[in-house]
Amino acid sequence: MSNETLLMQNGSAALKPGYADHAADALRGLRQSGDAVDFQVEHHHDVAATIQLGFWIYLMSDCLLFSGLFATYAVLHGHTAGGPSGAQLFDLPSVLTETMFLLFSSFTCGLATLAMNANNRNATVGWLGVTFLLGAGFVTMEVREFAHMVAIGAGPSHSAFLSSFFTLVATHGLHVTCGLIFMVVMMVAVLRKGLTETNRARLNCLSLFWHFLDIIWVGVFSLVYLFGVAH
Amino acid sequence: MNVANEALAGHGPHGAHGAHGSGHGPSQKQYIIGFVLAILLTAVPFALVMRHSGIGTGVLIAAFAVAQIVVHVVYFLHVNNSPEQRWNLTALLYTVLMVGIIMIGSLWIMHHLYSSMTPGAMHHMVWSAKH
Repeated sequence: MSNETLLMQNGSAALKPGYADHAADALRGLRQSGDAVDFQVEHHHDVAATIQLGFWIYLMSDCLLFSGLFATYAVLHGHTAGGPSGAQLFDLPSVLTETMFLLFSSFTCGLATLAMNANNRNATVGWLGVTFLLGAGFVTMEVREFAHMVAIGAGPSHSAFLSSFFTLVATHGLHVTCGLIFMVVMMVAVLRKGLTETNRARLNCLSLFWHFLDIIWVGVFSLVYLFGVAH
Repeated sequence: MNVANEALAGHGPHGAHGAHGSGHGPSQKQYIIGFVLAILLTAVPFALVMRHSGIGTGVLIAAFAVAQIVVHVVYFLHVNNSPEQRWNLTALLYTVLMVGIIMIGSLWIMHHLYSSMTPGAMHHMVWSAKH
């Protein structure tokens, strides 16, 4: 034990001058070429990329949740228990309007990301505001559709078809509502603290979340509404 | 990603900052292409169903849905085959596999269950065994 310690001390004593020289050289080199700054940016970039990958994995697991609900709906959509079918209930023009609300909001969310990348704080908040209004329009239309269906007696308790329909579509609607809350929080955060590294990472997650919800909606309007009316 | 980088470079004085903040950020061009394609891929299947075109509509709806999902993933989520995106792409492909197994598997199993459990189908099976 004591021999090892002695050896290590000797070794480090012998290495020290050379090591110090190397370190000094390296530091000088870094200062001259500005690599130190790049290193910091690289570090932030790594953290942001890790956050984004983590959020991406959450989205993928959310996708699996939805696939379970889609599969349930696909299996049960014909079980109307003598009640109304999709073709009798769905109003395609209003579904098309909802789809357009969500598609335009996906685009304006992209414009918010571009504004963020261009370091334009006001434009970022502005486009997020437009995205919020379009998303709120979508949720409003969906809630009205649900209220109408419940009012005419086609509520979720009526048949297996309606149970699976309400579960699938309302789960998507709840996700959109959460996205709207996320958006308000980010608008306040950006207005108060500006486009900081943290806010940028969170805005990137928000935009992933919003585009992801639009993809789920493509599945909903195709499988539920279009198939429902076509068959 | 070449398209994105070119567009960023010609993005005015802020372009350089944008590239700095997020590695290689998405471009306005990508969003516009994605948006136009998504509108088209939405409008066509809606028109098909609303005009009651009939035969083959189901297959067409599915094809347009898959095409639009791909457009969203490429132009809005910017998933590509670059080294930084490798894990995102891996997770996505795995998820697609799982979704496929869950969807197709559920429909397959439930279809078989339904056709062998309903009284009509049982009758049919007995009938075909007799004759």
